[in-house]
Amino acid sequence: MTDNKLIDLVNITKSFGDTVVLDELNLYIRENEFLTLLGPSGCGKTTTLRIIGGFETPNKGQVIFEGKDITKLPSNERQLNTVFQKYALFNHMTISENIAFGLKIKKKSKIYIQDKIKYALKLVNLDGFENRMPDSLSGGQQQRIAIARAIVNEPKVLLLDEPLGALDLKLRQDMQYELIRLKNELGITFVYVTHDQEEALTMSDTIVVMNQGYIQQVGTPEDIYNEPKNAFVADFIGDSNIIPSLMVEDKLVNILGVNFPCVDIGFGRNKPVDVVIRPEDIDLVKPEHGIVTGRVTSLLFKGVHYEMEVTANGREWLVHSTDLFPVGSEVGIHVDPYDIQIMNKPESEDEEAALIVE
Amino acid sequence: MAVSDKFKQLTEKKPEIGLLFSRVNKVKWLSFPYILWMIGFILIPLIMILYYGLTNGENSFTFENISLIANPVNRGALLLALELSVFSTLICLLLAYPLAIILNNTKLKSNSFIVLIIILPMWMNFLLRTIAWQNILERTGVLNTILNFLHLPTLNIINTPAAIILGMVYNFLPFMVLPIYNVLIKIDKDVVNAARDLGANGGQTFLKIILPLSLPGVISGITMVFVPSLTTFVISTILGGSKIVLIGNVIEQQFRLGNWNTGSGLSLVLMVFILFSMAIISKYDKEGEGSNIW
Amino acid sequence: MVKKFFSRFYIGIILLFLYAPIVILIVLSFNASKSRSKWGGFTFKWYHELFQNEDIMAALTTTLIIAFTSALIATLLGTAAAIAMNSMKKTPRTILLAITNVPMLNADIVTGISLMLIFVALNFTLGFTSVLLAHITFNIPYVILSVMPKLKQLNSHTFEAAQDLGASPLYAFFKVILPDIFPGVLSGFFLAFTMSLDDFVITHFTKGPEINTLSTKIYTEVRKGIKPEIYALSTIMFVTVLLLLIFINRRKADKNAPIRKV
Repeated sequence: MTDNKLIDLVNITKSFGDTVVLDELNLYIRENEFLTLLGPSGCGKTTTLRIIGGFETPNKGQVIFEGKDITKLPSNERQLNTVFQKYALFNHMTISENIAFGLKIKKKSKIYIQDKIKYALKLVNLDGFENRMPDSLSGGQQQRIAIARAIVNEPKVLLLDEPLGALDLKLRQDMQYELIRLKNELGITFVYVTHDQEEALTMSDTIVVMNQGYIQQVGTPEDIYNEPKNAFVADFIGDSNIIPSLMVEDKLVNILGVNFPCVDIGFGRNKPVDVVIRPEDIDLVKPEHGIVTGRVTSLLFKGVHYEMEVTANGREWLVHSTDLFPVGSEVGIHVDPYDIQIMNKPESEDEEAALIVE
Repeated sequence: MAVSDKFKQLTEKKPEIGLLFSRVNKVKWLSFPYILWMIGFILIPLIMILYYGLTNGENSFTFENISLIANPVNRGALLLALELSVFSTLICLLLAYPLAIILNNTKLKSNSFIVLIIILPMWMNFLLRTIAWQNILERTGVLNTILNFLHLPTLNIINTPAAIILGMVYNFLPFMVLPIYNVLIKIDKDVVNAARDLGANGGQTFLKIILPLSLPGVISGITMVFVPSLTTFVISTILGGSKIVLIGNVIEQQFRLGNWNTGSGLSLVLMVFILFSMAIISKYDKEGEGSNIW
Repeated sequence: MVKKFFSRFYIGIILLFLYAPIVILIVLSFNASKSRSKWGGFTFKWYHELFQNEDIMAALTTTLIIAFTSALIATLLGTAAAIAMNSMKKTPRTILLAITNVPMLNADIVTGISLMLIFVALNFTLGFTSVLLAHITFNIPYVILSVMPKLKQLNSHTFEAAQDLGASPLYAFFKVILPDIFPGVLSGFFLAFTMSLDDFVITHFTKGPEINTLSTKIYTEVRKGIKPEIYALSTIMFVTVLLLLIFINRRKADKNAPIRKV
């Protein structure tokens, strides 16, 4: 990954009728990075991708590609290719004809096209499928063909619109590794759209969390997971305890009436904040060693850990732990200062959506 | 003990399986009235034409009725009908394809509304609508009055083959528009986007993606216009005057005169063309759903 | 913008082509002159005389009864057949659908002749019943092709879900399946009614000398000149349907309005 900006979205606004889908969106994508647009449906992630691909024109703002404004450039003249959600293969053509489509339009030689088809099919592990028809292939295979069809054109950027959405869990996990391998072999930029946080965390260099047309947070998977910038991100990525609290002073936060030491500074004195604690960061200890004490109210075995709910100070705390505490037992709750994540509290719903933290 | 348990299990399961079967069968029984109806009113009647066409008045086998197509008048009527129907089919295709594309691109995605607009004229009787074209095309008709007013040369096409072609195009255009439109709306927008994404310009996208994908609709439309044009006798009677005779007129006349065997024999010749069209349609209608026709 | 203008213009030209004869017929219904090609001033005369003309009223009654009855029976048979076909395996379904297409693809003249021959062979007097049977025959495919797509959209599990919740198959059908496919059934009925109303050729061959529908009545008058009352009647029918459709579309639009805003 380099720091060169390859694509720069500047003040993009897009609305369909009365509905504003994207509002003054700013985002840049670096060369050779795997960037994921992550968010619930209707958050504007697919629209963002379609604007980059040239299938939608923004009402306001610019799309800059390698320093040139391509906002008005039609999709067939852009140096990027798309893998569509439902594959969008040409069902009236064979697999080779599908893959050759873009190359024939660029008037490449027959030998070149033949080589490319071979190479692409090998790359997606589907050698020998040249003369099959798309509808004789399984969903996973069609997806690979859609990828092959895009990459033979040697795009600088590959746009992927929820490409694994239609596949079953096992296949989806296999394809995730496959995509990472492809990305590394091709050395190009991937822009990936998904609503699946696990997919995003597994594959991305950079995750862009979106909600209601606004970017909520941009960061590496570790940043996004460990230091969510607001309640939406915390809630959307993984399980978490989000607790309205009071910042007493630097490095001290009052959670449900009990003071917890933390590491954050600069929130002011006696300011209302939201606290995020990941369930695996809560240590259950003997009652006398805990900062607060509570009672276990439910217990589920989850394979790698137990999931417990602990009632303490009038609230359910979600806890993941490899140690078992039976239902009804009294436990102490301990959280290390660096596992407490403090977030500014939005004053209204709108502000919550609009909160853009770089 | 174990054996009897197993037996009990089997006997207990049986009614369940039986119920399942009877339910599936019951649904299939619903098609029985229709199947009987089709045999009685579609298949057997067609066999009747075959029977009459291949026999004479004394019920003995003959090819005479069919060979009457070689008679100069009948042959001329068939050839003229073929010529006019080919022309009208082509004109319908040229008019309908752009229309179907435009309708597909309109924001107004109400499918039923578009169909209604095209079907609504049928509430004015088809004969009357064709008669109205007499008013438009006559020497002193609406069209020539307008042309006169604009100081343009007048047209005299009433009672000519051109008037018949116009009548065919007018009456059968909807049957070309609807199948093409129905195929176009089913084309996944992302397939078109994918072609653009891979570098195809508007023209290339049309030629390589949209046109091949809409071919089933085009084929249906061609058949739906060609067959009624080829076999019409009403349009030629109303717009062609008494001098122009199409194969439809010949057959209608034979039946009016009571020559059922001759009429059936000539109908069999027509049915060769119709069967040929049906064969082509079923080849392109891969889903076997007939959904492209209407 | 140019493209949009061209699109509008093209649709306009086609609509002009489709509706010009209809405008002419409406104008003729107000023409005081009996001749088709002369304008004799504006009059409502034909609308008054229409209701005194027993021939035309009889033809109208026959036409409407046949259209309604044939559409109704075709809707029942066709809907039942479509439901049955939908649950069939691919091969029998394809065969049935191919035969269903026959009356649609076949020439009207051949269908008409073939039905006439079978009625005569069975010593069946040509008349009201033979026309009705013929109309049902060519109407069924329109119903099937209208209902089939709705059945396909249907989630096959809803029927099972209804039964799982304790509904009998019949109850489940009327409460779950029928409401979902009803728009298709309705448009099939409407289409069948329209096709029956507009048919001339098949009626011509199967009607016998005793009865007339509007179509066959008009055909007998083509040579000697159409009675202006017929223009008046057609205008009334056309305008009625037009108003009805506008009314239905309005109501639909009203219903959809709040959904569209979201």
